[in-house]
Amino acid sequence: MLRGTPFHSRTSALCQARNWRRWAGYVTAGSYELTHEREYYAIRSAAALIDVSPLFKYMIRGPDAVRFLDRVVTRDVSRCAENQVLYTPWCDESGKVVDDGTLARLGEEKFRLTAAEPNLRWLHDNAVGFDVTIDDISDSTAALALQGPTSREILKCVTDADVDALRFFRSTPADVRGIPVTISRTGYTGDLGYEIWVDAENAEPLWDAVIDAGTSYGITPVGMLALDVARIEAGLILIDVDYVPARRALIESRKSSPFELGLGWTVKLDKESFVGSGALSKERQDGPTWELRGLEVDWIALEKVYAEVGLPPQLPTVAWRTSVPVYDGGRQIGYATSGCWSPILKKYIALAHLHASHSRPGTDVYMEVTVEHQRRKAKARVVETPFFNPERKRATT
Amino acid sequence: MTGPYDAIVIGAGHNGLVTAAYLGRAGLKVLVLERREVIGGAAVTEQVFPGFKFDTAAHRIGALHPAVVRDLDLKRHGLEVVHADPTVFAPASDGRHLLLWRDPKRTVEALREMSPADAEAWIPFSELIGKAAAVLRAAWSATPPEVTGNDPRDLWSVVKLGVGLRRLGKRDMVEVMRILPMAVSELLGDWFESDVLKGTLAAAGIAGMFQGPMAAGTVYAFLHHHVGAGGGVLRPTARVRGGVGELTRALAVAARGHGVDIRTSQPVERVIVKDGRATGVVLSSGEEVAAARVVSNADPRRTFFDLVGPTELDPEFVRKVTNIRFKGVCAKVHLVLGELPRFSGVPEAGPHLNGVISISPSLEYLERAYDDAKYGAASRRPYLEVSIPSVTDPDVAESGKHVMSIVAQYAPYRLKEGEWDAAARERLGDAVVGTLSEYAPNLESAILHRHVLTPLDLEETYGLSEGNIYHGEHTLDQLFFMRPVPGSARYRTPIEGLYLCGAGTHPGGGVTGFPGYNAAREILRDGKG
Repeated sequence: MLRGTPFHSRTSALCQARNWRRWAGYVTAGSYELTHEREYYAIRSAAALIDVSPLFKYMIRGPDAVRFLDRVVTRDVSRCAENQVLYTPWCDESGKVVDDGTLARLGEEKFRLTAAEPNLRWLHDNAVGFDVTIDDISDSTAALALQGPTSREILKCVTDADVDALRFFRSTPADVRGIPVTISRTGYTGDLGYEIWVDAENAEPLWDAVIDAGTSYGITPVGMLALDVARIEAGLILIDVDYVPARRALIESRKSSPFELGLGWTVKLDKESFVGSGALSKERQDGPTWELRGLEVDWIALEKVYAEVGLPPQLPTVAWRTSVPVYDGGRQIGYATSGCWSPILKKYIALAHLHASHSRPGTDVYMEVTVEHQRRKAKARVVETPFFNPERKRATT
Repeated sequence: MTGPYDAIVIGAGHNGLVTAAYLGRAGLKVLVLERREVIGGAAVTEQVFPGFKFDTAAHRIGALHPAVVRDLDLKRHGLEVVHADPTVFAPASDGRHLLLWRDPKRTVEALREMSPADAEAWIPFSELIGKAAAVLRAAWSATPPEVTGNDPRDLWSVVKLGVGLRRLGKRDMVEVMRILPMAVSELLGDWFESDVLKGTLAAAGIAGMFQGPMAAGTVYAFLHHHVGAGGGVLRPTARVRGGVGELTRALAVAARGHGVDIRTSQPVERVIVKDGRATGVVLSSGEEVAAARVVSNADPRRTFFDLVGPTELDPEFVRKVTNIRFKGVCAKVHLVLGELPRFSGVPEAGPHLNGVISISPSLEYLERAYDDAKYGAASRRPYLEVSIPSVTDPDVAESGKHVMSIVAQYAPYRLKEGEWDAAARERLGDAVVGTLSEYAPNLESAILHRHVLTPLDLEETYGLSEGNIYHGEHTLDQLFFMRPVPGSARYRTPIEGLYLCGAGTHPGGGVTGFPGYNAAREILRDGKG
């Protein structure tokens, strides 16, 4: 039986659509209303409250915590200050991505790692010879994402912590109306936003406090469908959709290196050797075979292929998660793995794996579109991600 | 930084010395580094009490690789293998006793008194075991195949093994395949009826194993100890004259003759690894010694975790090494005796004391001994393998006195209650002496000195992880191409230029020289570079 998250009593009361989705053994709301449109606009123009408790979370503690984590992840953990958060992938010995998540340094020898998949065994395998303890705190820790332009003002209503001073990818311990939490300025929307980490037993009063303070700021409970659109606009990849985790890939070609996923910036080869560093060092020299890029489908071209059957362009109402071929003329040079209509950009966008020869921004390629059961191609332009990157995401007041 | 040597061998155990001698013979400049003040590793003879020489770890040898004896001229260097006859004396619980002789006909005669049916079965059974052991013998000489690779040599070694099996003829081939994974108790139950015979043969299937005779796979362990025995001998009990340390001394002479340097009291702190390649070692004195390759005679856990360090290795590989089972079960007891033990029924000295005295009156006795260990305690009545080398080799003891060496099983490395401290050591010694005294009542009063080694002592003294005398259990999942771990069973390791040559590699433990011999061949095959 799928479980409810620690916020289930609150989310289930609000979920008019009964649109539940499974996420890591939990049920979470796909959308609270019948369509996710209003929820999407809450992310971009007010504040969204998203239950992200199903994330896997691990607490890593001990004198060797830094050395251990530096061996596992690709980022340089020794340069992570206390109360800093790193986004990082981690790789297998061939330098292929196993999972990705955020790593928060909560103390000198104390870190919290989030992951999309169970990683306890992987962490333990790597911990042989290190003085660390690794605890799976997935069930005992609940998490809320508060995302959107008014999120800061809402937080300021419920906590005395200096939210104004909290910079992008930093965290702070805080007290929210008597509940001890950690607030990190992180999220999966590419907007101004925060994530609040709390002991599961305090989940419900936390939800109530934030909703109470947020109501006058337009706070809206938001489900996965709206989040999916936001994360594509932000150019953030999703495991199992945009890449296959290395440990579950049945064949070698399904695996991806960080370089192939646009995460080359996270690979710190100048630190001491880490899992996969040998292979990654070679790949950096030779250059990756694939690159992850954004595609913007050309509106005129889209109109044209639909006009041929007498229709206006039919746009995806929710983000799609299938593999869509991308061509250069008749030759396939890649595939898109996520796409959606961006309501705020008014553009049809997609995340695509392109052969390095066709990955330069500005290149024209063709994405497959199915028009009245016929496979057609529409011109699209290769662009850098993120598609949407508002100044407020990083700005301090 | 001294050196550079062409090869450094870590550990002067018998396999390390074999590898070193062969590398030296091939023209390589080799250095052997031994942690202890004496060479020999677990094949060592020490004067535990002045004037009395004991084989303090292994006290018998397996089938020495004939090529090693020949190529390294070990006989000229003083090696003399003693094949005691009878090989085994086993007192039964009813006062009768069993004698196994080197001549199968003589064993048949000896068995007839106890059970005419067992006497009839003896020769056909020993022939079957001989055939099965011959198939294993062929596999022992070969480097295991890399089952996931496509090297044609791998295929060839599998083919050779297949041909060896096929040569047995269809019926014997099927029979050998059938018995390999069986429990030794079931195999013996198919053939024999006397308790003491079944118990005594089964003892070869549990020696050094954290398993009782009723566990699947113990037939393999039984066959392991019959490789190279030949001539219908079951439970072979070969020794080295002067002590097993004479074998390693002879190996050291041979190695030095080939230009090998051997340094004792030189503990290696770690293997130096640069960019995934072994380039030398650091001694605990801080001295660094450079070498083109490093060969470890230490067991795989010590090699990879203590000498190399897990951070130099892939997590998948680390997991495999972590999962190697050691679980030592043996203890050693060394006694100086003022007089020979007088066994009930055979009170006078006689040939029955020449070979091994086996306290294994029945399968059930062994299983009960195991039951104690299964629940985390030393056996109240342990299985004992007793040897009194001074009977046939008077030089090892002061005149008129004797040395008795006992392997006692089961003494599990991990105790449920307490630790292997001085008190536990003495309790273990008492249980061993008490058990043997039930068969030889004069024993207790004959003891002049007693020395006990627990599994923890074996680990600390000889570097055997968890006191496992084989550098890793001899279970089917840890043998052949899975020894020490699948994917690295060809004496090479994930670290380039780092090799293994000890009992943790194929074909495993026992004093045979096969791992060292095979390792030298593979190292030389990789080129002298």
